[in-house]
Amino acid sequence: MSILISKSTRVITQGITGNSGLFHSQQCRAYAAECQPGVDVFVGGVTPGKGGTTVDGFPVFNSVIEAREKTGANTSMVFVPPPFCADAILEAADAGMDLIIAITEGIPVMDMLRVKRGLENSKSRLIGPNCPGVITPGIAKIGIMPGYIHTPGTIGIISKSGTLTYEAAWQLGRVGLGQSTAVGIGGDPINGTDYIELLEMFQNDPGTEGILMIGEIGGSAEQLAADYIKSHVKKPIAGFIAGQTAPPGKRMGHAGAIISGGGGGAAEKMAALRAAGVIVSDSPGGMGDAMKQAMKK
Amino acid sequence: MKIHEYQAKQLFRAAGVAVPQGIVATSPEEAAKAFETLGGPIAVVKSQIHAGGRGKGTFIEEPKQRGVVLVKSAAEAADNAKRMLGNTLVTIQTGDEGKRVSTLFVEQGLKIARELYLGIVVDREVGGPVLMMSSEGGMDIEEVAKHSPEKIVSEPFDAIAGLYPYQARKLAYALGLDATAVRSAERFLPQICRFFVTYDCSMVEINPLIITEDSQMMALDGKVTFDDNALFRHKDVVALRDLSEEDPSEVKAADTGLSYVKLNGNIGCLVNGAGLAMSTMDLIKIHGGEPANFLDVGGGANEDQVTEAFRIILADKNVKAVLVNIFGGIMKCDIIVSALLSAYEKVGFNVPLVVRLEGTNVEKAREMLKASGRDIISATDLTDAAQKVVKSLGA
Repeated sequence: MSILISKSTRVITQGITGNSGLFHSQQCRAYAAECQPGVDVFVGGVTPGKGGTTVDGFPVFNSVIEAREKTGANTSMVFVPPPFCADAILEAADAGMDLIIAITEGIPVMDMLRVKRGLENSKSRLIGPNCPGVITPGIAKIGIMPGYIHTPGTIGIISKSGTLTYEAAWQLGRVGLGQSTAVGIGGDPINGTDYIELLEMFQNDPGTEGILMIGEIGGSAEQLAADYIKSHVKKPIAGFIAGQTAPPGKRMGHAGAIISGGGGGAAEKMAALRAAGVIVSDSPGGMGDAMKQAMKK
Repeated sequence: MKIHEYQAKQLFRAAGVAVPQGIVATSPEEAAKAFETLGGPIAVVKSQIHAGGRGKGTFIEEPKQRGVVLVKSAAEAADNAKRMLGNTLVTIQTGDEGKRVSTLFVEQGLKIARELYLGIVVDREVGGPVLMMSSEGGMDIEEVAKHSPEKIVSEPFDAIAGLYPYQARKLAYALGLDATAVRSAERFLPQICRFFVTYDCSMVEINPLIITEDSQMMALDGKVTFDDNALFRHKDVVALRDLSEEDPSEVKAADTGLSYVKLNGNIGCLVNGAGLAMSTMDLIKIHGGEPANFLDVGGGANEDQVTEAFRIILADKNVKAVLVNIFGGIMKCDIIVSALLSAYEKVGFNVPLVVRLEGTNVEKAREMLKASGRDIISATDLTDAAQKVVKSLGA
């Protein structure tokens, strides 16, 4: 069991003819082939104007609707450049995709507000943008994470970061804890799916026994999650917050990672999570140990 | 990206947001001329820097000179301008080093009945823009927010539909404005909200926002920060950029497609991914070191970008050791090592270098490192990497 990805997940890549889009579609296809031999999980891509062509065996379509009709895809992995990405996400939702995973970094905030509006009554779930994607080890990965660092298991990961998530997965593996599903929610201030919705999914997932939450400075999503955890999450949780040494007022890489107006600092997030019973590691090197500790409780 | 007050007011004016008359001056003569052109009995001479608190701020070279001054003659305008231009203004927001003033804005003096505060930001939890106002104008809004939050009134508004007139009235009544001022607010507030959306701002702050003696709402101040991710569609805004207000290394880094923030320590870091980069800074601190910088080389970084990243880090004279922490996802480990070895040739490495690698193509990368014969310290995990780099300082 897992969340978001199942054996019936079928993915098309929007932006498949770009360098990143193609490279990662190939990597994802190869990982899925190892996990589910004989099953085509990654079934094509979309680049408007290049429909009818093929790129390394992936059929390319002009639109998401056409791709869906011709391939039966239910999921879109989006690698479209920032100026056009919000539009691509809305197109995927309009085409009825169940799951949209937007990898792209650099989408303007106003565009994301429009995307949120457009998704309001939609059945599509958006993960990201500015995220590494989602992986259910042993079934499939939809994103840019290296498959080899993840092992199948029972820990659910929810993270704002990309490479810090890989670090976490690797540490978990070293203490014998594999992952049920690892979800990157992205580092943007406005995103498709936040901690709370995923905490609920993991709480209800029979295949998940513990949860690792990775956050960073900026906003108050972790504090809101801490409130939710107090009343709704019974499974063991560990966490880490990046940016204890970040100076106020500076954007630390991610569009959402900024301590402003005195709020959004790491200390307050760590305190809120600890107050909710989360085992928070002070050091990024201690995430695996924190999870192990939480599982023992 | 930030702009100066006079630039913000030019944009406001073009967007129909009411602002006083003002003229840019870059010399005492121009300041005197501006006073005359404005034609009033009083004018305000304002230092233009990308920071607030200018009214209370003073100059390092002229300790009695304030950053914003009311003047009653052309001669007075010129005198003050002389003491401001080319000098360093220190305010509560600039830090002790202050900012050099090379431009002044001479604005018409107005009869002010009230000073208010206006701010617009995108509230993540609300999921949209919020217009905040307060009767405590001219003061430090963060202090007000901390000690008397009830004095701040907010209206979330729809980015697509804009601020409705009834919302403007709601705020105006809450602030106790008279009937004429309410009507002025009904025009002003929706316009500043539309400005915020049209220009892809991340913040607009007007402190003070004034009500004149004839009950007109006007922006006496203008602080605008733009969403960097949207600048590609605002070439006119990009043209307003003042590079002298930004840290040169951060500018260079951004131009190269890197994220770099200079800090005060002596251990330089080069990392892929913002979360891991922040964590690496935290890690160094936890192990007794001081990070010299935040640097995210990004996922798609090529050899030139990585070489430039090393150059920027090593250009900081405080750096006495470097930690490279790469977990390859999009970023391939062999690309990093290739660039690292190239940097040895081009930039010259004369401080200890600790490298920790994991991820895509890691085996190939490790072989390349070994084969290079370079004196590079390899680390296995985060804790090992931090311990080794801190230890290398003592070596």
